[in-house]
Amino acid sequence: MNIGSISASRRGFTLGLMGAALAAGSAGAWAQAKPLAGQTVKMMWIDPLSGLMGPVGTNQLKSLQFFAEKFSATNPAGVKFEVIGMDNKLSPTESLNHLKAAIDQGIRYVLQGNGSSVAIPLIDAINKHNERNPGKEIIFLNTAAVDPDLTNSKCSYWHFRFDADTSMKVEAMTTFIKGQADIKKVFLLNQNYSHGQQVARYAKDALKRKRPDIEIVGEDLHPLAQVRDFAPYIAKIKASGADSVITGNWGSDLSLLVKAATEGGFNGKFYTYYAGVTGTPTALGNNGAGRVYQVSYNHYNMGGQMDTWMKEFQAKYSDDFYTGSIIRIFETLGAAMAKAKSTDPVKVAPALEGLKLTSTFGGEVEMRKADHQLQQTLYISVWQKADAKYPYSPEKTGMTLAPVAEFAPYVSSTPTSCQMVRPS
Amino acid sequence: MELFTISMLNGLSYGLLLFMLSSGLTLIFSMMGVLNFAHASFYMLGAYVAYSIARLVGFWPGLVLAPLVVGVLGALFERTCLRKVHKFGHVPELLTTFGLSYVILELVQLIWGRTAVEFRPPPSLQGPAFTLVNSSVDGLQVLWGAAPDAMCRATDAAVRVVCSPFPATRGFMMVVALAMLVSLWLLLTRTRVGLVIQSALTHPEMVEALGHNVPRVFMLVFGAGAALAGLAGVIGGSTFVTEPAMAATVGSVIFVVVVVGGMGSLAGAFVASLLIGVIQTFAVAIDYSVLDLARLVGWQPGAQAASHSLLRLTVSQVAPILPYLFLVLILIFRPKGLLGTREG
Repeated sequence: MNIGSISASRRGFTLGLMGAALAAGSAGAWAQAKPLAGQTVKMMWIDPLSGLMGPVGTNQLKSLQFFAEKFSATNPAGVKFEVIGMDNKLSPTESLNHLKAAIDQGIRYVLQGNGSSVAIPLIDAINKHNERNPGKEIIFLNTAAVDPDLTNSKCSYWHFRFDADTSMKVEAMTTFIKGQADIKKVFLLNQNYSHGQQVARYAKDALKRKRPDIEIVGEDLHPLAQVRDFAPYIAKIKASGADSVITGNWGSDLSLLVKAATEGGFNGKFYTYYAGVTGTPTALGNNGAGRVYQVSYNHYNMGGQMDTWMKEFQAKYSDDFYTGSIIRIFETLGAAMAKAKSTDPVKVAPALEGLKLTSTFGGEVEMRKADHQLQQTLYISVWQKADAKYPYSPEKTGMTLAPVAEFAPYVSSTPTSCQMVRPS
Repeated sequence: MELFTISMLNGLSYGLLLFMLSSGLTLIFSMMGVLNFAHASFYMLGAYVAYSIARLVGFWPGLVLAPLVVGVLGALFERTCLRKVHKFGHVPELLTTFGLSYVILELVQLIWGRTAVEFRPPPSLQGPAFTLVNSSVDGLQVLWGAAPDAMCRATDAAVRVVCSPFPATRGFMMVVALAMLVSLWLLLTRTRVGLVIQSALTHPEMVEALGHNVPRVFMLVFGAGAALAGLAGVIGGSTFVTEPAMAATVGSVIFVVVVVGGMGSLAGAFVASLLIGVIQTFAVAIDYSVLDLARLVGWQPGAQAASHSLLRLTVSQVAPILPYLFLVLILIFRPKGLLGTREG
């Protein structure tokens, strides 16, 4: 009883203080608007900084640190974001070691995205940790791992994906293809691992639904980052009579493919995922102008605030910013923390669920409660010469990705089979 | 027919690039008995050095200067490192070159960055060398340069016309590789220098007694081998892509070429590289799996076998690993390689 009355009187005292602060004016209003002012949210980024995917990871770590600084100043919760980067060399084992280090340091937010092959073991380990260590839960913020399983059969309450998964991207891509009457024969060429196989599988399903008249004239899987010479594949694609190629290839596998196509006289179109990622713009060069399409949740000519940021990023690092999901992570995290009035993952996770907000770019987004997959607008853009209307040129190639179609979130939204277990 | 022709050309040109790469390795091995693990790194170095020179003074000076630079670096490495460890035997030599490959990789990333650089072939090599025009009416035709648009478009819906341009860079690659083969062969068999080089391996004391500086011969041979890798790098880098991973992707396949051809045999390396280039290219076009083969001979697999991922694997999917399969088979059935003379 006694203790209760003390705490009650202390609360009264605090309220009185806040009232005084409010009366004092704007400073008090600020304190109330930013309930967690002064708190630091430490995040660990576990992705490659070396090897094949090193350049992509390096770019993304710079992007994260750039936006951590931006959003530390503006987020509604008033927290300060701090990102620690760890090189996982694209290896699940290394990633789990870093996760352990994060746990030891009391870091509660983990970021990863390059490779679902890493994301799946990582979320498994986080699930186990969270189950065994109540009060020390970790949230996994997925920047780019697009395996649909992560929000279906392997969905987790602690996992949130900010990229659009393969099924969503295929949905947008095929909706665009639906309107292209000149596409009659499609060839599927992909890297032989989960991502490439899924692109092929979902593309076949979606085309059958939306354009049953399109013939799949060939399907090939090649080893990841092993093929130097794509000329034999181009000869095969030409012989099949294909007018378009759908490919989830990234990195050198995409640039060499397009290069071989130009040299080998294949004039068809390429529908891709990652034309704008580090290295590919340079390798594409003038090749493939008007023939290489990309499906993504952003592109190089979003305009507005994004444009300002991209120029600033380019000036600071002389590199291009393309992982837009990073902005959304900070936006939603800030909003969720303000809503939960806490940085504790146990309180932030339910605040993230179903969170809707108007993003800096690409309109309204929603973190779907059922599977923790961000619902967002998807864009189809095409590789072409940069001009007055679409001036941003990645890697100073003189070329750009110009938007040709925009699909509202509902167009590419795909059903989920997720049976999420929420902590009681 | 046109698919066959263009695949054959693709296969041969890729094979010739492999030969350019492995000839230097073979040369060094046959003359010095050193298996140079850093050979592919010299290839990468050639591409990067040529890229830097090409940005200053153009592609053609780069083509000449870059192999020289790489050759000098190779000779320096032999003089300062390899010679020191030579007396300790083969394993330290091997480890030294292995270490060098990592040093070069890191240096390249420090100097030129981790991403691909834009190394373009010169304007005279851009575009097709010739075009194969295959029409269902007129048959197969060969035209120098690019074929006019009108020829590649069918006037009649019933006529199917396919134009297959063959890139000039690939043609150039073939010419350089053949020139390299001929001049190497002439150098080794028809000149005094070649005679000294050949005898320096088997009878170094005798050669030394005759007044030749054997260590210097070794240094020059190592430099020449590195220069050949550098030349291949200039051509490979401008034809495909110049990036830090380029050494790793060719590194393993050139060892296959050297072993399959027979350790130290230049002619063997030539045959093996063509063979591997052609096999790999044609394998891509074959969509048959073990399952199809079984059906062909009349065996109907059950549902479980039909969905087995290993049995459903097509030849085209395994094309890039075929050289390694080939390597294993050669080691089992003919350990000295196709044209090798050395046992085991």
